[in-house]
Amino acid sequence: MNTEQLQTQAPITSPLGRLGGASHIKLPEGSIEKQTTTLNLGPTHPATHGVFQNIIELDGERIVSAEQTVGYIHRAFEKIAERRPYYQITTLTDRLNYCSSPINNMGWHLTCEKLLQVKTPKRVDYLRVIIMEIARITDHLICNSIVGVDAGAYTGFLYVMQYRELAYEIYEEICGSRLTTNIGRIGGFERNFTNVAFEKIEKFLKEFPGVWKEFESLFKRNRIFMDRTIGTGAISAERALNYGFTGPNLRAAGVDYDVRVHSPYCSYEDFTFNVPVGNTGDNYDRFLVRGEEVWQSLSIIQQAYKKVQEFKGTEADIFHADCPAYYLPEKSDVYNKMEALIWHFKIIMGETDIPKGEVYSSVEGANGELGFYLISDGGRTPYRLHFRRPCFIYYQAYSELTKNGMLSDAIITMSSLNLIAGELDA
Amino acid sequence: MGLTNELIKQKLTEKFGNELLNWDEQFGLLTFESSKEMNLKVLQFLFDDEILNFKFMTDLTAVHYPNEVGRELAVVYHLHNLIDNVRLRFKVFTSIESPDVFTASQLFSAANWMERETYDFYGVNFIGHPNLKRILNVDEMDYFPMRKEFPLEDQTRIDKDDEMFGRG
Amino acid sequence: MRPVRFNITPKEAKLSDSLMVSELPEGHIGEGFFATSLDKVVGLARKNSIWPLPFATSCCGIEFMATMGSHYDLARFGSERVGFSPRQCDLLMVMGTIAKKMAPILRQVYIQMAEPRWVIAVGACACSGGIFDSYSVLQGIDQVIPVDVYVPGCPPRPEAIIDGVMRIQDLVQNESLRRRGSEKYQELMNSYGIE
Repeated sequence: MNTEQLQTQAPITSPLGRLGGASHIKLPEGSIEKQTTTLNLGPTHPATHGVFQNIIELDGERIVSAEQTVGYIHRAFEKIAERRPYYQITTLTDRLNYCSSPINNMGWHLTCEKLLQVKTPKRVDYLRVIIMEIARITDHLICNSIVGVDAGAYTGFLYVMQYRELAYEIYEEICGSRLTTNIGRIGGFERNFTNVAFEKIEKFLKEFPGVWKEFESLFKRNRIFMDRTIGTGAISAERALNYGFTGPNLRAAGVDYDVRVHSPYCSYEDFTFNVPVGNTGDNYDRFLVRGEEVWQSLSIIQQAYKKVQEFKGTEADIFHADCPAYYLPEKSDVYNKMEALIWHFKIIMGETDIPKGEVYSSVEGANGELGFYLISDGGRTPYRLHFRRPCFIYYQAYSELTKNGMLSDAIITMSSLNLIAGELDA
Repeated sequence: MGLTNELIKQKLTEKFGNELLNWDEQFGLLTFESSKEMNLKVLQFLFDDEILNFKFMTDLTAVHYPNEVGRELAVVYHLHNLIDNVRLRFKVFTSIESPDVFTASQLFSAANWMERETYDFYGVNFIGHPNLKRILNVDEMDYFPMRKEFPLEDQTRIDKDDEMFGRG
Repeated sequence: MRPVRFNITPKEAKLSDSLMVSELPEGHIGEGFFATSLDKVVGLARKNSIWPLPFATSCCGIEFMATMGSHYDLARFGSERVGFSPRQCDLLMVMGTIAKKMAPILRQVYIQMAEPRWVIAVGACACSGGIFDSYSVLQGIDQVIPVDVYVPGCPPRPEAIIDGVMRIQDLVQNESLRRRGSEKYQELMNSYGIE
């Protein structure tokens, strides 16, 4: 209720209205005349899932304007990247969008391979595709279940969290780590996939579809969930493009832009899959697009897994490109073989020639186009490395998305945009 | 695919003549630069032209070249034509003493924060920007940390002993 | 049919294995009564009802989600109630990088918590700045607030986080009731500029 309504109910005689002359209470100047409430949401607010601050002007429960402040976990990735050799930057990319680290790792390797003009064998590409699509699933799984939590349904989150462990077990088997994976090297993988890893992928392919079906059936046609999400946080395709939206958020607005299709990398052209699009760009469409992308990812993993199984003989053991000047040799070889030791030394000490050049390479990250703009001056470290971080670019639309909406819807809008603080603040 | 790099180059030279320099096609990505006064005109032309149609800003950032006197800072735009699926890179150079470049935020809403970030890191002053202030760093910061002369490490640290890290 | 699995190698039940008995503090036990000192009882009660306040900023926060989730389930240690209000919570769990911009906020949250309060720094960034030795990152949260337990890892596995919580439980159980009022504690607080 704003003060205008208040006045029609009871004529105000004293400055404090109906309180009736409690003149000893000192209110801040202008607080009576002001018709809106200022609410500081964040940076540690539980509903913001990360460190975002929104200063929201509220008229009742309706948002008049929202101003975002970011940078609360600015870690200076780009400055650090200028001081690290190429193979050490993989660790940094892990921590960009940490819900889907493998995609970032692969994005970085692909950028380097583009600069160094290394051609990876097909088997490496397919293995990479498997890993990247599993990462996409884990990312969408977190995002969609968090949307559920913010709409008041905690069950879905607890349910799928257990099956995310299946994916993490696969990562663990491949690289030894769960979250910040650091998978792969420039040119391929550091070791071949073990049989256990393939068994785990099979298990994932067998068990996960049922889980996701059940999860979706909890939400998709749930009246409460639909009422909460349909029509909230909507954006038109034109505005989304102008704001630089990419990934599922842009596709929910009805633009079928997908880096995997538009500029295929990692042999994505060998797979058949659909690009789901929405039409209104609201929270419900974003939820549905992500949900459908999980199904598409599952189908891609299945195709890639089949293709990997078709390699026979020596081909089935290839897990990296033949580029000794850039590919860090296996540790056991370093200890036992002369050549491997020499190459290891040369790479670590920055003795290998890195061509000069500028390259922009992008991958379809789980929340949008993740781009790497790399300038090399021939040195051991990049001269400049800029990350195109999709979250950072589309978070600026948040005030437009939430304007004139309800406060509680703004919370769902925030989680359905899939904002990852680590990526946003670099 | 109708739109090729040659066609883009031809259209741009028709319009701007010799004002655009340093044409390059590394890794198939058309790159060129213009004087910094021209940046908005070029972007507007790329945006409005019916054939070129570069309506999507992929990226905006800056690079610092301390050794190139008079053109130390480069502002780099990556544009994308989503219809024909063509990308291009466009650069303007500016001196570090007067790093004034016109803002593209009226044309692309996406440029708003990217320009703020560029200002935050390099101190590029975007003329006409609606809200040009620091975005990632604290407001009190009095230098532009991504410029090459500034060190990476925290200079006030007391807990990280140089000896222990082999830097003593 | 539900896949119920029975324990196929049953162990003979022993009284000393019972969680209740094994955690019993020193004291006199008899039929129908148990006598011990007050701070041991208080310690026991506090230990098993810690309310964590997750201050999750980055990657470690995702591992914390796994820790709270159904698979690892921190609730087994009496910490199922994750409170988001510093006023209600006992345990501040700092997970993830704390940038210099964030440091005053972290301090504010710590000051808002009521005594007794404990702090656990989860992950390399919170402990020491981790791999981010840069101009914008605080090199360890112990520069602004006192820390009780450090959990290493980048990020630590959920098991490690649970282990950290168990170490906190040990501290909570064995802490003297007079500690928070002591001069030494006051000195510690003053060294951080906290009244």
